Amino acid sequence: MNTQSNAVPESHFDSQVSAPAVLSATRPMYWSVRRELWENRSIYIAPLAVAAVAMVGFLVSLIHLSRNMRILATLDEAHQLVMLAMPYSHVAWMIMLTALLVGIFYSLDALHSERRDRSILFWKSLPVSDLTTVLSKASIPLVILPLLVSVTFLAVQWIMLLLTSAVLISSGVGAATFWSQLPLFQMQLGMLYGVAVLTLWWAPIYAWLMLVSGWVRRAAFLWAVLPLLAISAVEKIAFHTSFFGSLLLSRLIGFAPNAFAFKMPDGAPIDPHFIPLSQLTPGRFLSSPGLWVGLLVAAAFLAAAVRLRHYREPL
Amino acid sequence: MACIEARGLRKAFGTTIALDGIDLRVEEGRILGLIGPNGAGKTTVFNSILGLTAYQGELKVLGRDPWTDRDLLMRDVCFIADVAVLPRWMRVSQALDYVAGVHPRFDRAKAEGFLARTNIKRTSKVRELSKGMIAQLHLALVMAIDAKLLILDEPTLGLDILYRKQFYDSLLNDYYDRTRTIVVTTHQVEEIQNVLTDVMFINAGRIVLSCSMEEFESRYLELMVHSELLAAARALKPIHERQVLGRSIMLFDRADRQQLAALGDVRTPSIADLFVAVLGNQSGTSQGAGV
Repeated sequence: MNTQSNAVPESHFDSQVSAPAVLSATRPMYWSVRRELWENRSIYIAPLAVAAVAMVGFLVSLIHLSRNMRILATLDEAHQLVMLAMPYSHVAWMIMLTALLVGIFYSLDALHSERRDRSILFWKSLPVSDLTTVLSKASIPLVILPLLVSVTFLAVQWIMLLLTSAVLISSGVGAATFWSQLPLFQMQLGMLYGVAVLTLWWAPIYAWLMLVSGWVRRAAFLWAVLPLLAISAVEKIAFHTSFFGSLLLSRLIGFAPNAFAFKMPDGAPIDPHFIPLSQLTPGRFLSSPGLWVGLLVAAAFLAAAVRLRHYREPL
Repeated sequence: MACIEARGLRKAFGTTIALDGIDLRVEEGRILGLIGPNGAGKTTVFNSILGLTAYQGELKVLGRDPWTDRDLLMRDVCFIADVAVLPRWMRVSQALDYVAGVHPRFDRAKAEGFLARTNIKRTSKVRELSKGMIAQLHLALVMAIDAKLLILDEPTLGLDILYRKQFYDSLLNDYYDRTRTIVVTTHQVEEIQNVLTDVMFINAGRIVLSCSMEEFESRYLELMVHSELLAAARALKPIHERQVLGRSIMLFDRADRQQLAALGDVRTPSIADLFVAVLGNQSGTSQGAGV
């Protein structure tokens, strides 16, 4: 039987169902993520702008490059490494910090702005599930921003490397020593690892901010932060303990002691500007309960946000 | 299968009862006008049908439960709330891209065709468009979707008369094809009286009148009474009487046309006049007609 020529609407519908089932799940997801990038252009503009500013600073610093290289030659090898790595590490940190801020403020607004401007009625009039919507929004701080940060600082660092080489070669010093001394590949691998670690560790923070943004009518930032501070304060006053406070603190910075070894095998402290690959401890990080509990909590917060959006109407 | 079928639909917000046991059956291919004063429960009915709000009672839209299956239902249902729901930051081209991306039954060429008849530029943001243009854009998006049910909640609110006329004209000429179902609420009832196939009055969460337009026309008559025959006309028990320019106008339910013609000029009442009459007669509902 020739199904192609069958013009009965029902059978036409049936033939659509089986094949593009996967397609129909990923297409709304893809377009929902694009939608977020259209609405929130700061997601990519802010990290790029910071990268551009950092580049300007770096260009100015190139004026003193030959003098700095002479100073460098007088230092021992460990200090040389740190001094060479410093600008590269600073750029990466600045871009990462910008992305953290963007991610925080994006998440605080994610499920709030659509209710504030009533556009939730438009989004809900289209065949996109609440799950797809919330996941597409969660993907911004959890997937899109980390990828964007990584690509940006890798690109910026390569540009910096090429510029430095050009200046060194044109000033007659030659770039060979510089290239042999700067462990760029090792540095970049460590930084990518850092981005991944921080994103995974912070997942429950972003998910919490999104949940609050879907919950409250206004002042999402205060609702996200003040109750947590209040609980810590009450605990401190009532029981003279600070379990909750240290829990919060470990959620903010606890990834570092799990993901990195800050002491060399001989006991010497390492400089955070350059962490050798040998000091990355992915095994310890992946086996730390804090990571997995955090991811479970993040999943629970997001599930609650999906549920909540089902009930949400314009403010 | 009925397009919309509700039995004992109830919804309360705290102690306020928004829907008080609504029974509703809308067949395929009808254009139903849902008429009621502000706060009567029209939007709550729509929100239930669209899966935007939870409810008690039975409700099936195109055979689905809207509250649990909203995203699937929205492949076959389109919805224009009022002119303010399109996101203001969005560009016209982005709106086309997005709907084409997420909606399996969106015909982009069709939407482009509708937009070509307007002054809307592809590069404009929604916030740069006038109210009328935003309504045109939303209608272009919706009319390009091959849906079975279209819900219009005050779609022409705040538009001038030219845009309003155009809105319903394109809806009828370019969209409605007797297999689609349309449910519409508006305060400008007189503008859609000729468009409707069915009319339903809702007040205080209850349906107070529901009939087809054929039934409406055969059942209700309006009589402009000759002043000397006033007593005779009143004896026939009009459901409503009002004064216009010193003359009495009476509304009759199931009266004999011949008999009335002897007492004055007979014509079919407007939906708005019947609405005022029906709601005015309901005791304790003196909140005024929102038509």
